[in-house]
Amino acid sequence: MTTRVLMVDDERDARELFRQNFRREIRKGLYEFNFAQSGQEALEILRDGTPPEILALLSDINMPGMSGMELLAEGCKTWPRVGVFMITAYGDAATEGQAKAQGASNFFSKPIDFPRLKEDLARAIWVAA
Amino acid sequence: MTEGEPERKAIEALERRISVLEKDLAISQRNRARLEDFREKNQRMLETVNAELVEALDELKRTQASLIQSEKMASLGQLTAGIAHEIKNPLNFVNNFAKLSEELLAELAEVLQDKIQSLDQEVREDAEDLFRTIRENLAKINEHGRRADSIVKNMLLHSRSGPSARQQVALNPIAKEALNLAYHGARAENSSFNIEIQTYLSDDVGRVECYPQDLMRVFLNLISNGMYAAYKRSLEEDGFVPAIRVSSRRKGDLVEVQVRDNGTGIPDHMRPQIFAPFFTTKPPGEGTGLGLSLSYDIMIKQHGGDLAVESEPGEYTVFTASLPLTLPAETGAK
Repeated sequence: MTTRVLMVDDERDARELFRQNFRREIRKGLYEFNFAQSGQEALEILRDGTPPEILALLSDINMPGMSGMELLAEGCKTWPRVGVFMITAYGDAATEGQAKAQGASNFFSKPIDFPRLKEDLARAIWVAA
Repeated sequence: MTEGEPERKAIEALERRISVLEKDLAISQRNRARLEDFREKNQRMLETVNAELVEALDELKRTQASLIQSEKMASLGQLTAGIAHEIKNPLNFVNNFAKLSEELLAELAEVLQDKIQSLDQEVREDAEDLFRTIRENLAKINEHGRRADSIVKNMLLHSRSGPSARQQVALNPIAKEALNLAYHGARAENSSFNIEIQTYLSDDVGRVECYPQDLMRVFLNLISNGMYAAYKRSLEEDGFVPAIRVSSRRKGDLVEVQVRDNGTGIPDHMRPQIFAPFFTTKPPGEGTGLGLSLSYDIMIKQHGGDLAVESEPGEYTVFTASLPLTLPAETGAK
């Protein structure tokens, strides 16, 4: 089964970073990545609802326009089954607590620990499925 | 009326006049003496007042200088934090992609292994050499990227967003823990490192209201610096025994923690710069130049205390961190 993941980051190179890190999983067809450069764009993709359904949302917090936190609140409300993973360059406890309180499944600070992210992602999807 | 009567009267009058004059003279002399006395007293008073004024002016100048210094530090700190935030994102990409490329290169080498083995010796060696060089270059990018990352992390400590925990804690254990950490840290980095340690932690220091994690950073910084300086001197002088002394004491409403090393000391011309961000005398890669600047911020801004230094080049350096028993209300969160 292919899991569709939506990755949201205003930095374009974040896509390449994720694509390369998940290259094996993508090649095996375990994951499919969609990318959005803003919170607004991410909501459009989620609303669009093209199958297969998106099961996980990975979002940066600090983005121009709609912030990752706003996207998180909106995402959890409208699509409660989607696991939301928040990523930020500022790994402080206050932000982490706020993200979790808003319903984030997990919180990662940059630079991302990819092995941990893969594990947590697999677990979240397993729980959701 | 006898003949001599008028003369006698004249003489008497003169005598009376003389006696009056004598009295006047005596009064005048007394007054002069008093005046002299008064002038002297006045002079002394003026001298005292003058000395006090000179001292007050000096004090004012020192305060002004330290205010200017604090202001400079504050703006430098803000600038530092701003730069750090801006650098962190691109730096993360550099580090992430370097790491990925190492993995990708290893995979490529694996994929091409058989093909490379079947090449002519000269071409094969060329290919293998290229692989090796790229691998080494990527390792260098990784190494220096991590180095830059640790600098950025230190820079960001200048601008923590939330306040760290403010607590009433015993000060001596923090100083002791910092000493342990610094010692074992230095030993872990360099197994030939050793130093004589003395501690004089006074019981009357007791508990203080503070930000313990941040104070720990300050003590750790001061002690690590001291150990570095003393060890450095031991490498330069035969038979020299490096030593560090950590002491604490109560001083009125203040508590003081002193770190004294018998190391290389601080040359006079460097004294004004030591608290400035990025100032370091350590070789590239060993020090970020942020330790003392950060400590200064923590002691002065966060704790309303002080961080003073005294040093004799080639003899010793003493850093004195002092803080009030109770935190001023407005300090803390920045």
